[in-house]
Amino acid sequence: MKRSELLFLVALLAVLALVPLLASNLVINFLVTALIVALAALGWNILGGLAGQISFGHAAFFGTGAYVTELLQLRFGMNAWAAAVAGIAAGALMGLAIGAAVFRARLRGSYFALVTLAFAEVLRILTNALDFTGGASGLLLKLQPGAAHFQFDQRSVFAWIGIACVGGVLLLTRHIMHSRFGAQLAAVLENEDAARALGVDIFATKLRAITLSAAITAAAGVFYVQYFLYLDANIGYGTWISIEALLAAIIGGVGTMAGPLIGALALHGLGELTRGFAGSITGIDLVIFGLLLVAAIAFAPAGIVGAWKRYVGGRRNA
Amino acid sequence: MLEVSGISRSFGGVRALDGISLSVASGSITGLIGPNGAGKTTMFGVISGFVAPDTGSVTYRGADITGEPAHLRARRGIARTFQIVQPFAGLSVGENIAVGSYLRHTKPSEAKARADAVARRVGLGAMLDQPASALTVAGRKRLELARALATEPDLLLLDEVLAGLNPSEIRDILPVIHGIRASGVTILMIEHVMQAVMALCDDIFVMAQGKMIAEGKPDAVCRDPHVIEAYLGHGAAARMQEAGNA
Amino acid sequence: MTYPPEIVAEAVVGGLLTGSVYALVALGLTLVYGVLHIINFAHGALLTCAMFAVWALVTFTGISPYTAIIPLAVVFFAVGYVLQRYLIGPASHGDDSNILLVTLGLSIAIENALLATFHADTRTLEGDFGFQVVEIGPMLISRPKLIGFAASLIVAGLLWLLLKRTDTGRAIRAVAKEKLGARLMGIEVGHIFGITFGLGCACLAVAACLLMPSFYVNPRVGNAFVLVAFTIVVLGGMGSIPGALLGGLFIGVVESLGGLLLGDSLGQLGIFIIFILVLLFRPTGLFGARA
Repeated sequence: MKRSELLFLVALLAVLALVPLLASNLVINFLVTALIVALAALGWNILGGLAGQISFGHAAFFGTGAYVTELLQLRFGMNAWAAAVAGIAAGALMGLAIGAAVFRARLRGSYFALVTLAFAEVLRILTNALDFTGGASGLLLKLQPGAAHFQFDQRSVFAWIGIACVGGVLLLTRHIMHSRFGAQLAAVLENEDAARALGVDIFATKLRAITLSAAITAAAGVFYVQYFLYLDANIGYGTWISIEALLAAIIGGVGTMAGPLIGALALHGLGELTRGFAGSITGIDLVIFGLLLVAAIAFAPAGIVGAWKRYVGGRRNA
Repeated sequence: MLEVSGISRSFGGVRALDGISLSVASGSITGLIGPNGAGKTTMFGVISGFVAPDTGSVTYRGADITGEPAHLRARRGIARTFQIVQPFAGLSVGENIAVGSYLRHTKPSEAKARADAVARRVGLGAMLDQPASALTVAGRKRLELARALATEPDLLLLDEVLAGLNPSEIRDILPVIHGIRASGVTILMIEHVMQAVMALCDDIFVMAQGKMIAEGKPDAVCRDPHVIEAYLGHGAAARMQEAGNA
Repeated sequence: MTYPPEIVAEAVVGGLLTGSVYALVALGLTLVYGVLHIINFAHGALLTCAMFAVWALVTFTGISPYTAIIPLAVVFFAVGYVLQRYLIGPASHGDDSNILLVTLGLSIAIENALLATFHADTRTLEGDFGFQVVEIGPMLISRPKLIGFAASLIVAGLLWLLLKRTDTGRAIRAVAKEKLGARLMGIEVGHIFGITFGLGCACLAVAACLLMPSFYVNPRVGNAFVLVAFTIVVLGGMGSIPGALLGGLFIGVVESLGGLLLGDSLGQLGIFIIFILVLLFRPTGLFGARA
């Protein structure tokens, strides 16, 4: 990754970090929501972008992180930070379990997308039906501001933690892309047979990818719960987060390092704009997102980051 | 080094391989030839772990690897190229080869250095940062070769590595293949380009319609009537004999 | 807990009848897969669209949903043709994973356009359709469901006839088997793709007309149907019409008995679990071609 790109990202994160100091609670809320989606999308990107396995059911990991952390605090009185770690670990385990079943069966492409969707739906139905998980009325975490409880009076602290997490995952993604694991992921994405002939263990590589991907997306779920406190089956395991994570990654630039972050910010910004114009008509923003996805695939499959690189490359050569 | 014994494989009703046995001596260049449809690439698939045989066994350096998955065979030291080249199109030439060198080297700097060295060896040194999709056919063949070499194999399976090359390109790549053997790698090659087979191979196995029909030194195999029949048709050997006597 | 046999029998019969309409929904999906080799993620959204169309047509013009079958089928055929020929086809540049995402984008757009237009309220058809019953032996069978069953079978039969006996049907089968060869024979593949997609959407329109009397519609309804349809298609085998029919009937019964035994909230669970199990252990389904 070029020096200039790295600088741009650092600058972007710095600007984002300044926002909470200058803006209203509304804007900070917007930022935190965008960061949560960005984190989920960064997780999705590891599996969908780097390894090329497009999942329609990442809610399965988001919800697991959210539910485990909330349940451990509510039902067992566990410390918030410990519960957060447990939530991430649980998400990773869910990824490992689903991955083991699905990749052993050699499911790919549309079949893979379908089965991930099915897993997420099963989890949604179960959590919606069982009392232990709050059933249809959901769960509410007790409001206790204080660092020990991973809750903060000032929303800006959440925003900074979110930026730090996103920054950390960005660095992790960059590290992966330049490592042996990254080369294996790229080989699996490009051509599995050729990769096998070069000694790449397809099953193990995909399993590693989905476990890491799930852990990161679960972290987004944990973060969501600590900020919003309320959780139910449609929030945790609903298709909204599967779709937003996917959309952010693809529109931002699937397989790139910063794509998911850029995509999440762009989509949420666009969403706010549309809500500003169209007012109270629910769903208009998503209509635009859906059409944007189609347009992105049709005209700019490399996403915003890809288009930018092409533009910059063209300018440089001119 | 490699012992293949009694391999049979059917696809649906078609018997692609029928009791094939062959052996490859360590340090040799061995040829596997035969008319189209003989089953040569399927044989490669069995040896490299992409096709499971119905019966028979594959022994490599004394170990039975018949059921072993392809990626583990690569780790053992068996590398292969594909008849229809399969570059990682979205990656650069250097990155392509690095996937191979990462097999034995975990550190990115080592793997990259190793990949660069292999690229230079096959003549792709100048193209390292180019996208693999920008290569010509000859370039892609070299890339196939380089990727396989980067895994530091002891046995290299070349599947029609000369196909699609013009005579001067063939002339350029022959010394590369000699060089590979000189560095201690055993080679088993499927080839149709006869001049190359004659020039390179120590031993030759001939397949036709799923069966092994001849084996031996190049000169002997050339004159074998079964081989002539397989390539030129039924009765050709007798006709050539008559023409010779007349 | 034991259930009296009449209740179980009613559940089974009810399941078969509903299952036949599920089969009709699945038919469109499996046809599109068999010919275009794509999984149409927009299928559910299109069904919701069709159901809203039925609701609007019936509510504002007063015609019976059954009269609406033919006009709506024609309209949706055209919609499907245009969608495939001029949007999905060109946008995906022929790449499989692109088609996946394009149909997903379309489904998001359509579902939310419906949400914006009709809001989240659940709507049903006015009139007493849903309560008409027919007595068969000791069982009371819902009349709309009986009509649905008969109509589904008729449509499936017509589709089969179309594929086997007409020139268009032969062209469709040719393209399904060997696209390049068909093209070389002078068959315009883009046109055939459009027709196939159109037929799939027409099936949805018919299914919507058959479902609306005994069901409800809101913008989310398509999602539920889609996964059921996918389960049927995967179970019966991608691309297999008899598979879709039998799969539909089977799933209908499973859902009905599942609802009886586990209650509404968990009823759908059985279907998804079947779906996952089939994908994991027998992705080719009962009758299908290689996945």
